Amino acid sequence: MESDKIKKLINSYFEAESTVAEEKEIREYFRSGEVAPELLKYGPMFDYFAHAKEETYTGSMPRKSRNRKKIYSWLSVAAVIGIGLGMFLENRYSAQQEEQEQAQYAYQETRKALQLLASNLDRGTEKVAYLHEFEIATEKIYNNP
Amino acid sequence: MVTIVNQPEMNQSEFLQTVMPVKDKLYRLAKRLLVSKEEAEDATQEVLMKLWAGKKNMANYRSVEAFAMTMTKNFCLDRLKSKSAGNLKLVHTNYTDSSSSLQQQVEARDSVGWVSRIMEELPEQQKLVLQLRDVEEYDYEEIGEMLDMNPTAVRVALSRARKAVREKLLEKHSYGIG
Repeated sequence: MESDKIKKLINSYFEAESTVAEEKEIREYFRSGEVAPELLKYGPMFDYFAHAKEETYTGSMPRKSRNRKKIYSWLSVAAVIGIGLGMFLENRYSAQQEEQEQAQYAYQETRKALQLLASNLDRGTEKVAYLHEFEIATEKIYNNP
Repeated sequence: MVTIVNQPEMNQSEFLQTVMPVKDKLYRLAKRLLVSKEEAEDATQEVLMKLWAGKKNMANYRSVEAFAMTMTKNFCLDRLKSKSAGNLKLVHTNYTDSSSSLQQQVEARDSVGWVSRIMEELPEQQKLVLQLRDVEEYDYEEIGEMLDMNPTAVRVALSRARKAVREKLLEKHSYGIG
C-alpha cells in the first residue's frame, strides 16, 4: 500500500473518523512487514490490538441444572422397583414358609405313623422271640430221644 | 397461581449457542479492566451464571451480546470499586499480579508489551472504548449501547484514548532509543 494513503488512514484513525474496515486495513498493513520507516513507531500499537483479540476464555461454562431433577426422577424409579421387588420377594418368602410348615407337619405325622407301626412291629418280633424259645425247646426234645 | 408463558425457555444447547461466540469477548473485556487472568475468569464465570439464571428473559433482549457485554463491564467496575474501598485487598492483588503473570513479563520485553503496560495505566473509560473498538471491532452504535453513551461521545472518547496511547508509546519509543 502507498504510504501516503496509509498515513491518511492513520490520521483519521487518531481522530476516530475511520471505519471498522479501514482500521482492519491499517492492522493488515502493519502485519505485512513492509512498513515505511517513519511509520514503524506505530507498529506496536496495532500489533498489540491484533494480538489481544487472540485471547480466549478457558474457564467453565454453566452446567445443565436440569441434571439434578433427572437424577431425582431416576432415583424414584429405582425406589419403586426396589420396593416392588421387596414386596414380591417377601410374599414368596412367606409362601415358602407356609409350605415348609406344612411339610414339617406332614413329616411329623408320618413319623408318628411310622413309630406306631414300628412299635407294633416290635411287639410282633417279641412274640416271634417267644416262638424262637419254643422252637429251641422242641428241638431239645426232638434231639434227646 | 398464575404463570405467564410468553417465550419458550432456552434449553442448554440453545443457551450455549447464543453464549459461546460471546464468551471470549466477555473474558477479554473483563481482563482489560481487572488485568489479572484469574479475576477475569472468575468475573466471566459469574456473568455466564447470571445469564444462565436469567435465560428465560434472554429472548426479549434486542441484542444478547450487547447485554452480556454491559453486564460484564458493570460487574468488573463494581469489583474494582469494592477493591479500592478496601486497602488490604488492594495490597493483596498487587502482590499476586506481580508474581503471577509470567506472560506479562515476557511481553514487557518487546514493544508490544509496552502497549500492554500503557493500556493498564489508562482511565477505565478509555480502556473500555479501545477494547470494544480496536480489539472487538464494534461500531459506534453498539459501543454506545454497551456503555450507555451516545455515538458521538463514544467517538470523542475513542479519539482521546487512541491519542493517549500514541503519546505514551512515542515517549517510551524515544526513551528506548535514546
